[in-house]
Amino acid sequence: MNTDGPSSVIKKLVSDLTLTPVICLLVLAVVVIVVLFAPLIAPHPEAAILTDESFSLPDNVMLLGSDFLGRDMLSRLIFGARVTLSVALTISVIAFVLGCALGFFAAVKRGWVDSILSRSVDALISFPAIMVALIVISALGSSITVLIVTIALIDSTRVFRVARALGMDIVVQDYIEAARVRGEKMGWIIWHEMLPNALAPLAAEFGIRFTYAILFISALSFLGLGVQAPHADLGVMVKENMQGLLYETYTPLYPALCIAIVTLSVNLLVDWFLKATDAALPDEL
Amino acid sequence: MTLFVLIIQRLLLGIAILFLVSVLIFVGTEILPGDVAQAILGQGATPELLENVRIRLGLNESAPTRYFRWLRNLLTGDLGASMVSGADIGQLLGERVWNTLLLAGVTALISVPLALMLGLLSAIKPNSLTDRVISVVSLSLISLPDFLIAIVLVMIFAVKLGWLPAIANIRPGLDFFTVARMMVLPVTVLVFTVLAHMVRMTRTAVINVLSSPATEMAILKGVPRWRLLLVHALPNALAPIANVVALNLAFLISGIVVVETLFNFSGLGRLMVESVTTRDIPVVQVCAMIFCAVYVLLNLLADIIAIVSNPRLRYPK
Repeated sequence: MNTDGPSSVIKKLVSDLTLTPVICLLVLAVVVIVVLFAPLIAPHPEAAILTDESFSLPDNVMLLGSDFLGRDMLSRLIFGARVTLSVALTISVIAFVLGCALGFFAAVKRGWVDSILSRSVDALISFPAIMVALIVISALGSSITVLIVTIALIDSTRVFRVARALGMDIVVQDYIEAARVRGEKMGWIIWHEMLPNALAPLAAEFGIRFTYAILFISALSFLGLGVQAPHADLGVMVKENMQGLLYETYTPLYPALCIAIVTLSVNLLVDWFLKATDAALPDEL
Repeated sequence: MTLFVLIIQRLLLGIAILFLVSVLIFVGTEILPGDVAQAILGQGATPELLENVRIRLGLNESAPTRYFRWLRNLLTGDLGASMVSGADIGQLLGERVWNTLLLAGVTALISVPLALMLGLLSAIKPNSLTDRVISVVSLSLISLPDFLIAIVLVMIFAVKLGWLPAIANIRPGLDFFTVARMMVLPVTVLVFTVLAHMVRMTRTAVINVLSSPATEMAILKGVPRWRLLLVHALPNALAPIANVVALNLAFLISGIVVVETLFNFSGLGRLMVESVTTRDIPVVQVCAMIFCAVYVLLNLLADIIAIVSNPRLRYPK
C-alpha cells in the first residue's frame, strides 16, 4: 500500500506526465467542454433537416456533411456524445457506489454476509454480460432507466470484486484494528480508513468501468436495443448511417471514432495513473 | 483428495450453475409486465381471447410448474415455437448454430495461438521495444468499439478495393470458396476484439510465472532460454492461460452478437438480437440458454485443465 502523502503522489503524477497523458487530458477537456455547452457550440439543432440530400459532402454550412436524413452530422455528433457520456457516467457512478459499498461491507463483515454477497456476484458473473442485458431488455424493453440500472448492476459485480479484494488487504492492517478498538462505527471505518487507502486503484478502476460502460451502451445502441428514438447516442448514429458505406462516405465512421477517442484517452490515462501511483488492480478479470 | 473426486466435484458444481442459469433466464423473462398472452395478442385482446391463449400456453399454472415443464422440454429437445412467427425453434436454430460455431471456432483457432505467441513475446523481455509496441497496440484495440474495426475493414476491403464481400449471408448450397471469402472480414474483426484482452492477460500470467523462485533457479542453472520458456514456464502458466482463454469467451460472445448483426450473418447472435427486438421470449430464452451453457461449460473445462496441470490446486489451503 502506498504510504506517501497525497502531495508526493501528485508530484510523482506530474513528473510522469509525458506527452501521451497530456494529449489525453487535453482531448478529454475539450470533449467535456463541448458536451457541457452542446447547445451553444453545435452549429445546428440536432433534429433539423437542412438538406434533402443524404450523406452530402462536407461544406461551409455542414462541416462534416449531412447524415442519412440530411441533418448536420457535426451537431448530431455533439448531442450524441452528450447522451453517450451522460448515460455512461451515470452507469459508472451507480456501479461504483453500489460495488464499493457492498465490497467493503463484505470485507469488513466477512462470514455469512461475505458468503452471500460473493456467491450472488458469482451467480451474476456466470452469465456473459451481454446475455444478462439482452434477457432483461427482452422482458422490460429498452427505456433509459432499464438500460442504466441493468448495465450498472452488471458493472457493479466487477467493482464489488475489486473493492472486496482491496478491502480484504486493508482490513487486516493495524490502523483498522486500532479504529475498531477505539470503538469507531463500521460506516466510519469504511469511509475514513478504507476508502482513502484504496483510492488510487479505485480511481483507475473507475476509468476502466467508464470506458466499459461507453462501449457497452454503444454496442447495445448499435444493435438497436439501446437508446431509443427520439433520443440518439453515438451508437445509434453508427447504426443509422451504416448504409452510407455503400455510397463511400465516411459518415458512420465519425460517431465510432468519437467513441474511440474518448475510450482510448481514458484508458491511456488509467495506464499512466497506475504506473505513476504504483497502484495495482487485483487480478485482471 | 484425489484428482478424480475433485473433477467430479467441479462437474457437479457446473451442473448446479447451469441449473441456476436456467432458473435466472426463466425468471428474467418472467418479469415481463403483463404476460405472454397479452404480448401475443397486443392491445386489441378481448378477455375471452386472452383466456384461450393462456390456457393453450399453460399460463394459468404456477411459475414453478411452468419452469419445470420448460426445462423438461428443453432437455428432451422440444424447444417450443416462436411467439412471433410460430416457427419451430429447433428448426430456426438448425443452420444458425452451426454457422455461429464455425465463426467462433475459426476465430478461436486463429486468435488463441496468436495471442499466446504475442503474450509470450512481450513477457520474455518486459519493457523492451516489442513489449511496449504490443502493449500500446493491445490497449488501443481494447478501447475501440467492435463496430469501428468492422467499419474500417469494410471500407477498405469491401468498398474501396472490392476484394471481399461486405455481407456474409452464408446459406446452404454455397461452395467452400464463397463461404471462406465471406468469412474473412467477420473473423478478422472478431480476432481483433478478443486478441487484445488475451494478449494482455497472457503477458501478466507469464510474467508472474517468470518471476517465481523456480524460474530464477532455472536461469541460475543455465537452462537455455527456449527450454526455460517451453519446459519450465509454460506448464506453470497453463492454468492461468486456460482461465484467460475461457474468460475471453465473454468478449467473444458479445463480439459475435455485434459482428453477426453487422455482417448480416445468419447465426445464433443475430437471431437473438432479432428476437429481443420483437420480444420473442421463447426464442430469447433458448438462445440465452445455449450461449450461457457454452460459456459455463468452457469455464468448467478451464478449471479442470487448471487442476490437472497444477497439483497445488488439488490441496485447498
